[in-house]
Amino acid sequence: MSVDKSTVVRIAQLARIRISEDDLGALAEELSKIVGWVEQLDEVDTEGVTPMASTTEGTSLRQRDDVVSDGDCRDEVLSNAPETKNGYFVVPKVIE
Amino acid sequence: MLNNLNLAEAQAGLAKGDFTSQELTEAHIAAIESARDLNIFVTETPERALADAKASDKRRVTGEVGALDGLPIAIKDLFCTKGIKSTASSHMLESFVPPYESTVTAKMLDAGMVMLGKTNLDEFAMGSSNETSFFGPVINPWKRNSDNKPLVPGGSSGGSAAAVSARLCLAATGTDTGGSIRQPAAFCGIVGMKPTYGRCSRWGIVAFASSLDQAGPLTRTVRDAAIILQTMVGFDPKDTTSADVPVPDFQAMLGQDVKGMRIGIPNEYRIEGTDPEILALWEQGIAWLEDAGAEAIEVTLPRTKYALPAYYIIAPAEASSNLARYDGMRFGLRVDGDTLDEVYENTRGEGFGDEVRRRILMGTYVLSAGYYDAYYIKAQKVRKLIADEFSLAFETVDAILTPSVPSAAFGQGEKSDDLLGMYLNDVMTVPASLAGLPSISVPAGLSSDGLPLGLQLITKAFDEETLFRVADILEQSARFTAQPGRRA
Repeated sequence: MSVDKSTVVRIAQLARIRISEDDLGALAEELSKIVGWVEQLDEVDTEGVTPMASTTEGTSLRQRDDVVSDGDCRDEVLSNAPETKNGYFVVPKVIE
Repeated sequence: MLNNLNLAEAQAGLAKGDFTSQELTEAHIAAIESARDLNIFVTETPERALADAKASDKRRVTGEVGALDGLPIAIKDLFCTKGIKSTASSHMLESFVPPYESTVTAKMLDAGMVMLGKTNLDEFAMGSSNETSFFGPVINPWKRNSDNKPLVPGGSSGGSAAAVSARLCLAATGTDTGGSIRQPAAFCGIVGMKPTYGRCSRWGIVAFASSLDQAGPLTRTVRDAAIILQTMVGFDPKDTTSADVPVPDFQAMLGQDVKGMRIGIPNEYRIEGTDPEILALWEQGIAWLEDAGAEAIEVTLPRTKYALPAYYIIAPAEASSNLARYDGMRFGLRVDGDTLDEVYENTRGEGFGDEVRRRILMGTYVLSAGYYDAYYIKAQKVRKLIADEFSLAFETVDAILTPSVPSAAFGQGEKSDDLLGMYLNDVMTVPASLAGLPSISVPAGLSSDGLPLGLQLITKAFDEETLFRVADILEQSARFTAQPGRRA
């Protein structure tokens, strides 16, 4: 299946990435090429195969003890923030 | 020069008192300074390294030293290092200074490592040539006999591979998602090892594709890889996929023989377009192991050719999810806009380079409504079939031998316009990644044009012991002593 410009616009919106009008054509072409190439997987008979999300499937995940194991490091958490105030992250206005 | 020793030799020299860690470290700092034109390091940390070295020399007086004590090592700039910029070679994290240390580097520091600095990589580890780095490409210390063109070191751990090859450090860490340790190791004529998925904690490593990412060592010898890996591995409660399994003594497997071992040779790795010299080297590798008493057995991995397209669905899908965190709010770049959505879009539009953007879009596409089953679930099913094929093969063989990469290192810019050609670099390394299996690239010969070529070994999950045992014999048989033209 080929990826057209309007599809690139839609997925770029989903991915929250600004893309300039000038780049849309090239991106549509590149993604079409990749998508066309991965479609060779259709040749593989996967009837009844269980999808594999991880090679650690089958090993049971553990739960840690429900105790505080980390914390009290507010300043460190904030140390890389673009903007902070009074010990909080400052983000752009969300509600009008 | 002290920087020409391998890691095991340097370790022995320190133990005997032939030289101090300070002297060893100074030699490496000078080496790094002399090779700055290769663009190998994103951040050099000479003061930190010298302080580490002096502390190590003090410890040695009292006799309480760790497994890596006083040894100068470089760290891929994908590992978070406390108080030291960790960029993933991205504009997005250009000024990110982690307030914590990754589990793997913390273990290595506990073992006494001297940290020389952070090495360049493809942006967010997405690439096979180190050309996608925001900080510019790394130059391979090797050149062809036939021309003087700068070559790529491979990727994504290109800075780490080039640093080890050019004798700027005794060893380096890398990460491997689809070949990012093994492929640059092959291009730079060194050893690169990817352990079983789950052996090394992923905690504190900038995530690319979480079901595939694994840390591992890049070194000049198989023994050095065993020494480094020993300190990197182990269960970590902070990583839910970290394996709570016993850790063997990897070095104990060296110096043994391979008599009676069964080595699988999968015909499906005779991939169209592979350099004939590499196929010949593969035949040579089979002969070496047979001469050492192993038995070569044909195995079949029929779906090998589908591993790469499956990978280019699964890895971008996981990347698009993982990289959603870069929203300009809590850390990393923020580019302003009129609305919240505009801030997100501007930040991510400016913060990510072309290849990362392409992969996020591809991942978003295959995960989006209407395409999820056709692409993502389909790829996961193919992944299962590929993993099962390996399991079946390992019922009859102890290890599998293949080439590492279908070509020798190529020139800077030579494949920039050939997207799928670039992806094909990983065609021989990706299958083991999808199956989570340990594998290693060992330098095994030179091309007629003077470039290093590697052979890859793969074993079953958590059987690094067999991997090291066979790799050791391969290394002894190959007697690869060639060195790059550019070395410090």
